[in-house]
Amino acid sequence: MGGLQKKKYERGSVTNYITRNKARKKLRLSLPDFRRLCILKGIYPHEPKHKKKVNKGSTAPRTFYLIKDIRFLLHEPIVGKFRDYKVFVRKLKKAYGKTEWSAVERLRENKPTYKLDHIIKERYPSFIDALRDIDDALCMCFLFSTFARTGKCHVQTIQLCRRLTVEWMNYVVAARALRKVFISIKGIYYQAEVMGQLITWLVPYQFSHDHPTDVDYRVMATFTELYTTLLGFINFRLYHSLNLLYPPKLDSKAECELKEENEEDYALNSECYLEKLSALSASLARMVSSAEEEEAQLDQFPDEMSTNLGKREQKEQEAQKKLFDGLKFFLNREVPRESLAFVIRCFGGEVSWDKSVCIGSTYEVTEETITHHIVDRPNASTQYINRYYIQPQWVYDCINAKIVLPVEDYFLGVTLPPHLSPFVEEKEGDYMPPEKVKIMALQRGEKPAQEQEDEEEEDEDEDEEEEEDDNDDEEEDEEEDEEESEEKNLKKMEKQRSQVKVTPGKMKVENPERLEQEEKAEEKRLAIMMMKKKEKYLYDKIMFGKKRKIREANKLTAKRKAHDDAEKANKKKTRK
Amino acid sequence: MEESSGNMRSSEPTAAMKKVREKTAKKRSKEEEEEEEEQIFNFKDKPAGKEEEDEDLSDSEESVFSGLEDSGSDSEEDEKESDDNDDDDDDDVTAVESKQPKQTEEEEEKEEVVGGVTEREEEEKKEDEYEHDSSDEEDIRNTVGNIPMEWYKDFPHIGYNLDGKKIFKPIRNKDELDDFLDKMENPDYWRTVHDKQTGSDIVLSDEQVELVNRLQKGQFGDVNFNEYQPSVEFFSSDVMIHPVTNRPADKRSFIPSLIEKEKVSKLVHAIKMGWIKPRRVEDDTRGRFYDLWAGEDSSILGRHKMHLPAPKIPLPGHQESYNPPPEYLFTEEELALWEQQDASDRKLPFVPVKFSSLRQVPAFSRFIHERFERCLDLYLCPRQRKMRVNVNPEDLIPKLPKPKDLQPFPTTQSLVYRGHSGLVRSISVSPSGQWLASGSDDGSVRFWEVCSSRCMKTVQVGGAVKSVAWNPNPSVCLLAVALESVVLILSPSLADRQVVQSSERLLSGQPEADTSDAAGPVIWSDTEGEELNQGIRLKIQHPKAVHQVAWHAKGDYLASVMPDHSSHLQVLIHQLSRRRSQNPFRKNKGLVQCVSFHPVRPYFFVATQRSVRIYNLVKQEMTKKLQANSKWISSMAVHPGGDHVICGSYDCRLSWFDLDLSTKPYKMLRHHKKAVRGAAYHRSYPLFASASDDGSVIVCHGTVYNDLMQNPLIVPVKVLRGHVITHDLGVLDVTFHPTQPWVFSSGADATIRLFT
Repeated sequence: MGGLQKKKYERGSVTNYITRNKARKKLRLSLPDFRRLCILKGIYPHEPKHKKKVNKGSTAPRTFYLIKDIRFLLHEPIVGKFRDYKVFVRKLKKAYGKTEWSAVERLRENKPTYKLDHIIKERYPSFIDALRDIDDALCMCFLFSTFARTGKCHVQTIQLCRRLTVEWMNYVVAARALRKVFISIKGIYYQAEVMGQLITWLVPYQFSHDHPTDVDYRVMATFTELYTTLLGFINFRLYHSLNLLYPPKLDSKAECELKEENEEDYALNSECYLEKLSALSASLARMVSSAEEEEAQLDQFPDEMSTNLGKREQKEQEAQKKLFDGLKFFLNREVPRESLAFVIRCFGGEVSWDKSVCIGSTYEVTEETITHHIVDRPNASTQYINRYYIQPQWVYDCINAKIVLPVEDYFLGVTLPPHLSPFVEEKEGDYMPPEKVKIMALQRGEKPAQEQEDEEEEDEDEDEEEEEDDNDDEEEDEEEDEEESEEKNLKKMEKQRSQVKVTPGKMKVENPERLEQEEKAEEKRLAIMMMKKKEKYLYDKIMFGKKRKIREANKLTAKRKAHDDAEKANKKKTRK
Repeated sequence: MEESSGNMRSSEPTAAMKKVREKTAKKRSKEEEEEEEEQIFNFKDKPAGKEEEDEDLSDSEESVFSGLEDSGSDSEEDEKESDDNDDDDDDDVTAVESKQPKQTEEEEEKEEVVGGVTEREEEEKKEDEYEHDSSDEEDIRNTVGNIPMEWYKDFPHIGYNLDGKKIFKPIRNKDELDDFLDKMENPDYWRTVHDKQTGSDIVLSDEQVELVNRLQKGQFGDVNFNEYQPSVEFFSSDVMIHPVTNRPADKRSFIPSLIEKEKVSKLVHAIKMGWIKPRRVEDDTRGRFYDLWAGEDSSILGRHKMHLPAPKIPLPGHQESYNPPPEYLFTEEELALWEQQDASDRKLPFVPVKFSSLRQVPAFSRFIHERFERCLDLYLCPRQRKMRVNVNPEDLIPKLPKPKDLQPFPTTQSLVYRGHSGLVRSISVSPSGQWLASGSDDGSVRFWEVCSSRCMKTVQVGGAVKSVAWNPNPSVCLLAVALESVVLILSPSLADRQVVQSSERLLSGQPEADTSDAAGPVIWSDTEGEELNQGIRLKIQHPKAVHQVAWHAKGDYLASVMPDHSSHLQVLIHQLSRRRSQNPFRKNKGLVQCVSFHPVRPYFFVATQRSVRIYNLVKQEMTKKLQANSKWISSMAVHPGGDHVICGSYDCRLSWFDLDLSTKPYKMLRHHKKAVRGAAYHRSYPLFASASDDGSVIVCHGTVYNDLMQNPLIVPVKVLRGHVITHDLGVLDVTFHPTQPWVFSSGADATIRLFT
């Protein structure tokens, strides 16, 4: 009916997408350059809703980019720089071939470089956007800062990464923004809250890497290039938000203290300052006097506390920030110094270490006021009376529990309680390890009761020892009692935790109730029969997932129970 | 300069040595002298070259015939030359003078040589085969040159000396004997050498022998030559005050170079044009940061409409801890499973490990891998926005009226009718609701009292009963039974006399004369004897096996179904009162499964394998064709109102058709797990039931509204179970009580059950 008939794949969603090769041809870039551009500009492939339509009827696997994205790349000034670089390489090769060394030198001096400032600004129009995306940047920078300064990537990059990460850690210390720490088998996870954004990063353990061969370091280097720029700008802004000097300067007072004669033993002069900063033992210099600022903060307090709930949270946070206030730590040489110093300083503790471990130690082992001595070996040779000798896990567990935990479980040579992930938030029905339950009880201040119980348990154990042969039955009863009391505790906790409660089905005593229930169940079953096909599918899927969850939780509980039983049996055996 | 170049051109053929000499001479630039020289050159234009060559040759020959000629002259000349050069600058004149006599000497020498040379040249011209011969190693004692000496063997002489005189052979030629004697007697024989050129024997002197010995040993010929004399380093690292050569600096070193000027101007031009950029000022802007977000504006936000931020890395759980709770550690089976699984199928990308203290934790070997994979995900992984379904599963369940509010409907099994020995294929309830008839594979038709479950009557019909149907007219009491290829009309006499009489009257109607013409193959016959006693009144013999019978609501017409793929004779309609049969269809429209009459209007429903056709019997045309959307229809029931139809099918579905709405099913009910065998509507209550091979009867509430705008409300109200599944068959037929909300079902376990 009039008008030309349009061809099949010339309208609709096809027009929104472009394949990678076509995009590359359009931009006239080589594949590595295209890749670099995509990384820097944050362009990623899109999965079309109807792949076959976009793929012109073919089902071959292709990656599609939005055509708008590619058009947007066309105007990127960095593309020009890429081309310049290509020309530069060609010229350099030619000069080398002709052995024109002066030309080589001249070319090298004029090597084209580019800056990524405008890209950062473009990708993250507001500061919060940038903060939101900083997780990967931090992980990458922390990784690169641990690389050896040989091969793999430029030394400057490694140094820059190190500098930026040290600046970041110093900021977190200054802002007391750290919330959670988790020692995993991969490394140490930290979570900080900066301007309302939760930022999580992973720091590898301090070992040299055996570099894998199947990893393309060019890709990583390109990412790092972007991330260092991003992190630098963010650091600048964050430092200024706290009225700190950027690049960071140590407090003049602290600097005087840290001045020592044998400074050069630790590091070269050029790196000495960075080393001092990375020691994390001194506070940073501020642009205005700190007293003024604190006053201003005090003024703000009453305004913020408007809602009751907010108030409580605020209080909790404040308490957490001052978790280690007044405590003095000393790190033995075998514990990870950087991590512990960072964590302890984040929560207001004072920390020092042996002078030979690192620059920046503030007091000696012999200091009388030290409250906690962190040791990671089975026993310490010389022990001072007025301090606790504890294992490093105590520090991390305290932070995650937001309270100062009793130190008894963490003494030297003691089997440590499991280290739990602070990132897991159990919903109802999920499995919760008993240690978590215990910690939650402590958090609510049920400490004495629990302790008593523990003691009782111990007493009972002792009793058991004595009367074991005579009355096994009683013992079992007692155990059951214990379990019941634990269950009660559990219930209590759950009640307190959430108002919504699931009452376990009452005993099958009252017939009418049960009948009613059955009726309801049948009603439900009948209603489910009448569901539409689509909804039925979805419903089945959801129910399947729920059931699987329950199954897993049950499995974990069973495993735990088996383990505990085995433990108990072992204990008895050894006692006998 | 021009002149000199001109001279050079003229003296082209002269050798290098000469040139140098000429140049030095020319530098003095006295025209007369030049003229003289030119004259000289002109004079011996051609031979000059030769002379020079000879001169050179003599140099080389010296080495060959060492000591035979005075070799001092040339070296002297060189020395003089160098002296000349040195003196050149001081005074030109004297140098010229000293040069003059030397030249004359040279000339004399040359002239001497000329004669011999010319001779030789002539020889060479004669004998072209010696063209390759060079006169380099010429002997001056015998001027014959390098020729085989045999040529002279017939002559008394052996050649010519320099003066052109014959050299005569020695008078007596030695023979071998002489030679031998000589060898024995002459003590110098070992050092005697025969010279072929002169034909004389030469006794080598001691020095010469010594020389030969030295040469044989590979030593230098000269005794006095020291191979290991200390070397003098001219070009060493020591800076000397005096130049190594005393050569004065060239003129070009005082004049600005043209080439350099060109190069400079090129560079200047290139800089002006911007081709060469000035050296860049070293700026380390990479590590310099500033407040990038000083003036925040949201203008760029527009592009971000389609932006999908990358999902963050999931946070670690308890399993990843260095010291996890014991329940998270793998058991051996779990570990084996983990190792077997493909990397992409694993739930955890690592194995949980427990370390007793922090110092024992090693580096994670896949750390860099994981970071790299994250990088790849960030720039390579296609992103798609997926709406996460965040629904409460309870909300998905449709809100239906409670079954309690939809009562009455059958809820419990109250009676079981036992007696049959085969599976009960069909049941039917009398219009009064008092009697139940059932047909079974054991070849009997039984009549039951509904309330007491007593079997009132058993009729052996002698064949598996496929279908029974009670006449819906309450004023008659008749039952149609289909078995094999016969349809029987039974009068069970289970009603009061009036009813029995009226049915008798109906049966005894006059048979029309042309019955045989209307439907040839069908034979109507009355029964006699035993069969009559049992109550079988009429036999309608069909040509093929009959599967189903269905009554018209008025009770006069009866339809029978004979499924057959290939024939158009599948459905027959019999008129009982006139004993007449007719085949309503002329064409085969597929395998007929079942038929039914419209309860009030003259419509006829025919269910074929996949569709239901509705025929208007008055107009004799098809009015509608319902698409059942199922593979194989098994049963069909028509709503008492006549506007709704349900179809059960062997693919577990029950489809509800609203005839006013569409030819497509209004609702597909997939309640059963197995094939649906029967479906039935209640005559007065809004109920319908379906029976299936899974052994259940599902009763649904289905309210039909008079308002055309309102769709029927369908609610399943009860699942009734009771039948035992035998031979993969469950419930075979289902039917409702005509007045009560009760449902009867017959199953493959040979029972009939009543649910109330």
